[in-house]
Amino acid sequence: MASGVSRWLTATVARVAPATPHGRILLLDVPGWPGNRPGQHLDVRLTAEDGYQAERSYSIASSGDGETVELAVDELPDGEVSPYLVEDVQPGDQLEVRGPIGAYFVWRETQDEPVQLIAGGSGVVPLVAIARARLASGNRSPFRMLYSVRSPEDAFYAAELAAIDDPGFRVDWAYTRHAPEAWPHPLGRVTPESVARDTIPAADDPLVYVCGPTGFVEAVSHILVDLGHAPGRIKTERFGGA
Amino acid sequence: MVRMNPRTGLVDVGRLDGNAAAGVLSGLFRVDLTAAVVACRRCGERGPFAEVVAELDPEGLIVLCRGCRHTLLTYVHGPGGASLTLDGLGAIELPATE
Amino acid sequence: MAVFSRGFGARRRESDPKLPPGQYLTADFPVLSAGPTPRVDTADWEFTIVNGHGERTSWSWDELMALPIEDVGTDIHCVTRWSKLGTHWRGVSLDTLLDAAKADLPYAMAHSYGGYTTNVPVEDLSNGRAWIAFEFEGEPLDPEHGGPARLLVPHLYFWKSAKWVRGLTLHPTDEPGFWEQNGYNMYGDPWKEQRYW
Repeated sequence: MASGVSRWLTATVARVAPATPHGRILLLDVPGWPGNRPGQHLDVRLTAEDGYQAERSYSIASSGDGETVELAVDELPDGEVSPYLVEDVQPGDQLEVRGPIGAYFVWRETQDEPVQLIAGGSGVVPLVAIARARLASGNRSPFRMLYSVRSPEDAFYAAELAAIDDPGFRVDWAYTRHAPEAWPHPLGRVTPESVARDTIPAADDPLVYVCGPTGFVEAVSHILVDLGHAPGRIKTERFGGA
Repeated sequence: MVRMNPRTGLVDVGRLDGNAAAGVLSGLFRVDLTAAVVACRRCGERGPFAEVVAELDPEGLIVLCRGCRHTLLTYVHGPGGASLTLDGLGAIELPATE
Repeated sequence: MAVFSRGFGARRRESDPKLPPGQYLTADFPVLSAGPTPRVDTADWEFTIVNGHGERTSWSWDELMALPIEDVGTDIHCVTRWSKLGTHWRGVSLDTLLDAAKADLPYAMAHSYGGYTTNVPVEDLSNGRAWIAFEFEGEPLDPEHGGPARLLVPHLYFWKSAKWVRGLTLHPTDEPGFWEQNGYNMYGDPWKEQRYW
């Protein structure tokens, strides 16, 4: 699977589906797409009729061979590109993509260590790609995912994650604004206590993937190091921009 | 997007990391830099390019060493041309291609 | 041949070819200060240049006002990413002052009331590129914006236009001033996004 491709490919929107109140899943047909590993991202380029262009990066929820690419986009207020992708774009519309990018934030079936995935908001997208790849493969490494969201409705792929029925793959949730009825834990940002409770302990030497807004990634990384995880065992990917 | 603090004028474009910078730089370096190891000339810190601090805007990209926050490279690109300055980037080590 | 995306472009930010990369237009005049605003009476104000031989040349406020004063129309660019196009100032050209002070070294450190310093090459203060400015948009310069007088070097990021300037010392080498010791670039060219150290 080639990586580091630097040319732009034409993508046609094949399907769109609402995912959250502000988010959408997009399926793109990309002739010539070389395939991608779980965890990688691509750049999207949009060109307006007068030639004006904008580029943004999006993580890919799908992986493997094939020329269909799945994205999940969260609309940011005051955004320029995300509102277009979430509200305007329709099947048949075209845009350009470049990638896949990211040999660093990937998971390979040959990895045999425990894996801890920690997602903040739309940071779940590359981690869903990794989770899907783990579940579809013969890999039996212990996996845990901790997904922090504002509220249950704001979670991407909530039903799919809740339906995971593999004793070796546990999903935990954290809510910052609204939680489901009878949620036993306090609302708010993740804390050292909640991370210690909801993640694979440092003693098991997991490889940790953290993805989300910069502030979330920095806070979680500090907590993990304080809990005894070596910095070299924590992979990070920071989201931002609109 | 463009959130300008009305009092101070500060525009927060957000500090991301080398994962975000790698796409733009792939057009220049023709490789995926995220897994490359980069060395900072100022403090000697070595680490994956994915973990550098990156500030991106539509015409420019500034990459800082996560350790000492000195500038590793600056890439300015627009219709008038492009300019890459390697500032504090001491070395790039690329892993074997798969 | 670009691929067009139907209907894209309505939410683009206001842009201008006169904006350096990564800058955003503002109609305001934001204030970004690290500490309290110095209050200097023009009766006490003095501007001094110390050259390589240790010779000091000073001007009182009245002496500054007696020098040739220029109208300056220019764009200004702050490292925090706001830019203001077409601003108007009045001030005395540094060429006049550097000549009188017999400038003999290539680097200057600008010193301000309040203790701040910032370094600028003498070449960037010469040839009509810098002023001691005391009027902004027809009004005396507000203390908040560096009044009674600030250095004005608009071709560099605006932190180099030292507020509350009180003098220059000339040096054989380029040494970092306060801002340059605290994360900012030694030179500060906005067209190359030379923001950080």
